[in-house]
Amino acid sequence: MNIPRDLLYTQSHEWVRIRGKHATVGITDFAQAQLGDLTYVELPAADDELSASDEAAVVESVKAASDVYAPLSGRVLEINSRVVEHPDIINRDPYGEGWLFKLEISDPSEKEDLLDADRYEEIIPEEE
Amino acid sequence: MKTPLYEAHVALGARMAPFAGWDMPIQYEGILAEHRHTRTRCGVFDICHMGEFELRGAAAEQDLERLLTARIRDLAVGRCRYGYLLNESGGALDDLTCYRFAADRFWLVVNAGTRADDAAWIRSHCSPETVFGDISDRTAKLDIQGPASRRAMESAFGTPMPDLGYFHFVELNLAGAPCVLSRTGYTGEFGYELYFPAERALDFWRRLLAAPDAKPVGLGARDTLRLEVGYPLYGHELGPSRTPAGVAGGRFMDLSKPFIGRDAVKAELDRGPRERLVGLRLEGRRAARAGARIFAEGREIGAVTSGSFAPSIGAAIALGYVAEEVSTSAAPLEIEAGGARLRARVEALPFYRDGTARKDVR
Repeated sequence: MNIPRDLLYTQSHEWVRIRGKHATVGITDFAQAQLGDLTYVELPAADDELSASDEAAVVESVKAASDVYAPLSGRVLEINSRVVEHPDIINRDPYGEGWLFKLEISDPSEKEDLLDADRYEEIIPEEE
Repeated sequence: MKTPLYEAHVALGARMAPFAGWDMPIQYEGILAEHRHTRTRCGVFDICHMGEFELRGAAAEQDLERLLTARIRDLAVGRCRYGYLLNESGGALDDLTCYRFAADRFWLVVNAGTRADDAAWIRSHCSPETVFGDISDRTAKLDIQGPASRRAMESAFGTPMPDLGYFHFVELNLAGAPCVLSRTGYTGEFGYELYFPAERALDFWRRLLAAPDAKPVGLGARDTLRLEVGYPLYGHELGPSRTPAGVAGGRFMDLSKPFIGRDAVKAELDRGPRERLVGLRLEGRRAARAGARIFAEGREIGAVTSGSFAPSIGAAIALGYVAEEVSTSAAPLEIEAGGARLRARVEALPFYRDGTARKDVR
């Protein structure tokens, strides 16, 4: 299971890449593998104001639907409309081309609530 | 419970999940790829969980005529027919396929989850002279489905396959084992359901997966494949609390003969079923799931029984029961999904019309 060292994570399997005041958000490799082939993605609108743990997006596979929660509070700067047209990009490249949305962080202190790669790895069930 | 192929699925990296009391492979490389592979090449499915019963004796035909909705007396040797097993009030105990091997010998192929109850029901309604046997445990079943199925079978067993019409079957020897090869399936594609001794399951599985164009396909794609061609799944579209009068315009039931549940079904068909099972085409890719309520002009008029993104359609589709007056209209409908309402319309079944099931594919 791929867990990049330079990202932060949530208990609900989102990842966050923080660059100054901006945060890029997606779902983890574990999350995409659990869901299987993704078939539908719904993203927030640009300029939406999100609070940490708000429902921000929806991802669906053939078998399951899952909410994606905002890892941090902030305003939506940009959304990845390519994944709406081609949800399989998230399966192929969850940490790269498969990002979902970018936020302008409104409360940097919330970073303390996120998990680093080691702690995220601990909450992932052992692979059989 | 585990089929004889459980270890083989795990070794292939399959995702396993419980289905009708069995630990079954849901997917191997992915539902979308497996679905497309079956539509274009050949998918091999482990269906060992399903049940097979044998009925023998001079009264077996009469017993089946009374138990099943399908007409049995004109079912020829080497042919099989789909129908329902109903209770006295017309509720569906199962949907099944009846095979005729001889004037006095039949098979019933039944769902895994209903096998035990079916066996008890059938036993209790058979004549004393009919010999009933549940042969499920010693019978393996693999489905070989898709336009390349005949070539895959010929390659796997090194022998030509007989020409078989749709819903025909033949007894033959493959790799030294007595088999039943049936030109039927649950995908809408050309292919076979193959029955053979359970101890040969692993050998047959390996032979088939070594064939050109053949890949293992799990229950996930089996579900999207059947949904696209509008086939019902017992427990979703069919169950004991409603009759099949609203399914496919009452097909698969011969009302001219007496069968258990006929009076209830006939009364419902005579006054017109209040609800019908219909295909629903959604506007986008987001799926409506089983249990979701369906609305017309704000009024609740039905519920979804199965729903998914349809890989060969490129949109979400569903099956559901809707009020009679809505079932033939093109009126805009709304289906709930999470907090959202999805727009949908009734669409004639099957959704997917390019299937090869009825074609003779070489």
